[in-house]
Amino acid sequence: MAKNQPIKSSLTNMILALVIVCALSALVLGYVQQITAAPIKAVKDNMELKAISEIIPEEFDNNPFAERTYITTSHKKKLMMYPVRRNGKIIALAIKSYTNKGFGGKMEIMVGFTLDGNISGYKLIDHKETPGLGTKVAEKSFADQFKGLNPSKVNFKVNKDGGDIDAVTAATISSRAVIDAIQRAYDAYSNFSAGL
Amino acid sequence: MSSQTIQNLTRGIIRENPTFVMLLGMCPTLGVTTSAANGLGMGLATLFVLILSNSAISLVKNFIPSMVRIPCYIVIIASFVTVVELLMAAYLPELHAQLGIFIPLIVVNCIILGRAEAFAAKNNMFQSVLDAIGMGLGFTIGLTSLGIVREILGSYSVFGWSFAGEGAYPMLLFIMPPGAFIALAGLIILVNKLRGVK
Repeated sequence: MAKNQPIKSSLTNMILALVIVCALSALVLGYVQQITAAPIKAVKDNMELKAISEIIPEEFDNNPFAERTYITTSHKKKLMMYPVRRNGKIIALAIKSYTNKGFGGKMEIMVGFTLDGNISGYKLIDHKETPGLGTKVAEKSFADQFKGLNPSKVNFKVNKDGGDIDAVTAATISSRAVIDAIQRAYDAYSNFSAGL
Repeated sequence: MSSQTIQNLTRGIIRENPTFVMLLGMCPTLGVTTSAANGLGMGLATLFVLILSNSAISLVKNFIPSMVRIPCYIVIIASFVTVVELLMAAYLPELHAQLGIFIPLIVVNCIILGRAEAFAAKNNMFQSVLDAIGMGLGFTIGLTSLGIVREILGSYSVFGWSFAGEGAYPMLLFIMPPGAFIALAGLIILVNKLRGVK
């Protein structure tokens, strides 16, 4: 047999080859998954903490991440809430909300609220929007119009649907998705603050 | 180095460039090149997987029965892609956030299986790695140049550095899927002219 000829196929050696290749792959993947699990979680946690400090303009002195708890919306949806304190007093809330109406499906977004119910900012945590189009909802030119806005006091829809929010050009679906996620966060916020 | 060795390295860059000459791997080519940085990142990720898969396959080629070679190659390639994705998520989160959803697509990139089948399965490890580097660089160059053209026309910027004012209206078409075809066609015309192909 020439050196470069692959071995002749028989039922046993085919099964054997596939089993060995799959087993080795599984071993390698298991190992890599194990060593990367901790860094990946750290990256995600860090991103959430960074998002909180970006959307809450005031200084705070607690670790909102350590104090996180679940709160529920009026539709019994659970959202993670991160209390932001200074000198032990809550000064703002960050709420991790989501929507399934993004152009690329699910979108996770961190929304900050001051205690009067105004939005202090938001940040995309996880999304699958089209790069260059849908991702523009994360940019200042779109995001800044939400600052200081109270979803219950304005017509909280994009201008195409007769609302007060200017959608990103060519990314109306992504803009609607952001509004949907913020609305969900606001529901949870008002539900929670009603019980305070 | 013999001329054959040098040829194995350079073939993928110009003469058999996967993007402009062989038109392989069109899905990532058209999908991710909305900006120069995305094209470069995708090209480098593919280059990395190509080197790993070509060297692994050239090592095991003599132990794999020919009738099951494709499933075996695909399992090996998919494993490397997953490894790259996990490592990227852990240590290069910025890049992963940009390219995340396109990384799994590398598995079905026909350049990788194509090189495994056409080259790595017949040559030794050293030559296979050279071939992978050449093909990977050719793909990276193709994706990056397409990304540069689309970003300049579609967002008036290069590698995220904007050269137009706030109120400018770039040609959005070039960031959207149809623009990918138009820009690619333009580049292929240009490359064919330069290569002297009629």
